[in-house]
Amino acid sequence: MSSETTQTTYQLPIGPIHPALKEPVMFKFEIDGERIVDVDVELGHVHRAIEWTGMRRNPIQIIYLAERICGICSFVHPMAFCRAVENAVDIEVPERADYIRVVHGELERICSHLLWAGVAAHEIGFDTVLYLTWEMREKALDLTEYLTGNRVTKAILTIGGVRRDITSEHIPKISETINYFNKNFIKLKRAFLEDKTVKMRSQGVGILTYDDALKLCAVGPTTRASGVKKDVRADQPYAAYSDLGIDYTTPDLLTGEVNGDVYDRIVTRLLEVKQSLEIIQKAIDQMPAGDLVSEPKIPKLLNYIKKTPGEGVGRDEAPRGEVIHYVKFDGENEHPYTWKVRASTYANILPWIPMLKGEQIADIPIVAASTDPCMSCTNRVGVVNNKTNQKMMLDKETLHKLSIEKTRRLMR
Amino acid sequence: MGFSMLGPVFRQMFKKPWTNKFPAKYQPNNTTDFLKAVAEGKAKINPPIATPKGFRGKIKYDTEKCIGCKLCIRVCPCGAIEFKEKEKKVKFYLARCCFCSQCNDVCPTKCISMSDEFLLAEADPYAKELIVE
Repeated sequence: MSSETTQTTYQLPIGPIHPALKEPVMFKFEIDGERIVDVDVELGHVHRAIEWTGMRRNPIQIIYLAERICGICSFVHPMAFCRAVENAVDIEVPERADYIRVVHGELERICSHLLWAGVAAHEIGFDTVLYLTWEMREKALDLTEYLTGNRVTKAILTIGGVRRDITSEHIPKISETINYFNKNFIKLKRAFLEDKTVKMRSQGVGILTYDDALKLCAVGPTTRASGVKKDVRADQPYAAYSDLGIDYTTPDLLTGEVNGDVYDRIVTRLLEVKQSLEIIQKAIDQMPAGDLVSEPKIPKLLNYIKKTPGEGVGRDEAPRGEVIHYVKFDGENEHPYTWKVRASTYANILPWIPMLKGEQIADIPIVAASTDPCMSCTNRVGVVNNKTNQKMMLDKETLHKLSIEKTRRLMR
Repeated sequence: MGFSMLGPVFRQMFKKPWTNKFPAKYQPNNTTDFLKAVAEGKAKINPPIATPKGFRGKIKYDTEKCIGCKLCIRVCPCGAIEFKEKEKKVKFYLARCCFCSQCNDVCPTKCISMSDEFLLAEADPYAKELIVE
């Protein structure tokens, strides 16, 4: 018998279907007891052929297809697509439309961040905060419905402008909602930043260093929470953002230091909600009069696009980070020759690896959720003991229970 | 520091629930029987929260005004509109409609509009209520 002790690790696959993941993604964890030693990420489980479908449709039809790429970013995807088309065939957007686009974009950011805040609280077993944030989010959704005609799929954009105006009739409701948020923001800030439970589970967990964030090209609040100053709205201002003076929101604005942990990601998102409220107020105040759309006759617009060859890129700061759409027209067909979409979560997948290394199994939900991947689907984790080939299943409830138990343990 | 949610949670106990009890204040024993009773006028539906102005609901179609130009078919993202060759009119399949109201925008005679009706659940996608012509 050998006197040396052999140490082995366990493998823990998570996914492809999991509620903390935006798209079906497969994680393979190397586990040593409770500690995560190594992570591997596999992609490509969901292919909806959206780009292929789009290449057989005309640009007006694609707007509504792009809107359905993501249920939460139902404004930024068509926005990036419209900007790519406008870039490709040289369409000038009227100034008023640019301001209205900003208002809707920021409203969506508020909805998305509040939704995320609720889900993050749920992941650490703090469901009362989930109800608090989603109650507030309801106000933002009501305003969206009032301005666009529907709560989620806004259908507000068109190539070369917007479809609905913000009139003086709408202003009182917008101001009322902004006031409501300003008043309740304190509550939200207290619930997240001063609470013992949230601090215990988020401080020093899932750290993404400045260097890693830069190297792995993280985008959006995930990278800004690590101190990287990266924001499309400020780097390459589009729509009316250049008039509104956007600043990078890094957590040191509030806490004075950058740690790049889950807590910092919460701080960044809360600061962005505050920033979005200011931007909406400014945009409403400064909104110039003018046209809503550069070419109101849709058949004329489609014929123009059909005749014009060109390629264009639309970059947009979604609530989760940068979204890129690329479009090419060949000048003979109405439908695009190529359409390529890069959603923001794609860039935020690799940062999961440094974030998760060294953490515990019970931290997987909150760390994975902290980059704001879409929460849907059902949750199922399989644990396989390689040595004995014995299988056991950890389903959604068990994993959630583990997370709650950790919160309780820490509170003792 | 401490447990910031304790205050809001206690305050919540004395607040009324937000939820609008739709379609009835209390869960009926049998939904089908309840709906029957409503149709007979014996029971009353607790109305849903009113939709705002400009809501995009079930399509309304004015056949008289339609000139059969097929522009709505060209822009419809979901292929929910069918052309009736004989009458030179269109037919909307609401089960496929995504309620984007693009057909309203493009219509040269404004014969299409959106109503505020949104209770369109139906077991059969080709039910009479889900086809507008």
